Amino acid sequence: MIELMRQPWPWYVAGAVIGLTVPALLLLGNKHLGISSSLRHVCAACIPGNISFFKYDWKKEIWNLFFVGGVLIGGIIAAQALSNPDQIVISEKTVTDLQALNVTVDGELMPASIFSFENLLTIQGFLFFVVGGFLVGFGTRYAGGCTSGHTIMGLSNLQWPSLVATCCFMVGGMVMIHFIFPWLMSL
Amino acid sequence: MQKAKDEFVDVSAVPHPIECEAPNDQVTKETLIGSNIKYLITGIVFGIVFVKAEIISWYRIQEMFRFHSFHMYGVIGTAVIVGAISVWAIKRFGIKTMQGETVVFHDKQFHWGNVIGGVMFGLGWGITGACPGPLFAQIGSGFLVVIVTLLSAVAGTWVYGLLQKKLPH
Repeated sequence: MIELMRQPWPWYVAGAVIGLTVPALLLLGNKHLGISSSLRHVCAACIPGNISFFKYDWKKEIWNLFFVGGVLIGGIIAAQALSNPDQIVISEKTVTDLQALNVTVDGELMPASIFSFENLLTIQGFLFFVVGGFLVGFGTRYAGGCTSGHTIMGLSNLQWPSLVATCCFMVGGMVMIHFIFPWLMSL
Repeated sequence: MQKAKDEFVDVSAVPHPIECEAPNDQVTKETLIGSNIKYLITGIVFGIVFVKAEIISWYRIQEMFRFHSFHMYGVIGTAVIVGAISVWAIKRFGIKTMQGETVVFHDKQFHWGNVIGGVMFGLGWGITGACPGPLFAQIGSGFLVVIVTLLSAVAGTWVYGLLQKKLPH
C-alpha cells in the first residue's frame, strides 16, 4: 500500500480528492475554498498599515491560515514519507523544448538549476522569484481569487466571472511560457 | 481607541467582496484550536495530493501551457466536476453543515480585475510554476527558495490593497 502511495498519483485520484475539498470545507463549517485569501489575512494580521482593504476581522478567517498551514505540512509529509523513488516522467516534447532553452531537466519536481538560493541574486532569479511571486500575489487579489477560489470553487458553483478569470489565468500562463519565458532564458 | 473599534464594525458590514473572497459563513462560535484543527487536517490532505500528483511541479506547469500532457487538465477537470456535483447535491438536498447550519453560497460579481488581475496571475503562474496553494506545498517539500516567492506574493497582495481604489474594476 505504501509502495503504491509512493508512486505518482493519477490525475483522476488527485482531481477527485481536490474536488471533494469543496464539500468538505462547506460541511465542516460553512467555509469556502480559496487559498490566495490567506495572503490577504497575513497582510491584515501583520502589516495592515492604514489600508482599508486590510481592516477587517481576520481572526474570523483564521481557519484559512490553518488550512494553508496544513498544505505546508502535507508537503513535508509527502516529501519525507511518501516520496517517489523514481524520477518524474514528463512529456518528451516538453523535455525537448526545455533543453532547447538550456533548462536542465533533472527528474526532480522542480529544476534545481533554477530553484536554488545561488540563483536568487541573478537577474533571472530575481524575475523568477521576486517578480513572479509579486505577480501571483497582486494578480490573484486583483482577480478576486486563484485557481482554487475561482477555478475549483467558482466553477463548481457555476459562477461565470470565475470562468472569465480562469480563461485569463490560462492566457497569462501561455503568454509567459511561449513568449516571455524563452526570452528570459536567453538573458 | 473607540474610533478604531467602530471602524472594524463598519468594514465587516461592507458587502462581499470587500470582506473576503473565501469567507467563513459559520454562525456558530468557534474556538481557536478546537474548531480549526479540522481545516489543518483537510489542508494536510490537500498538500499531500498536490505533491503526489505532481501539481506542484514546475515541469508539469510547463507541460500544461505547452499542451503536451493531459495530466493537469485531467486534475483540474475532475476537481471541477466532483466539486460541481457536490455543490449541486448540497443545494438540491439542503444538506446542512456539521453545526446544523444552512450552507451559504455567494455569487461572484464580475469586475475588470477578473481579466487584468487574471492575466497578471497567469504570467506569475507560468514563471513560478505555482499558484498560491502549491507555493506552500513546494516549501513543505523542501524547495526553500520558494519562501522568497511566497513573501513576494504577500508583498504583491499588500500593494494591491494599497492601490485598490486607483485600479480599474
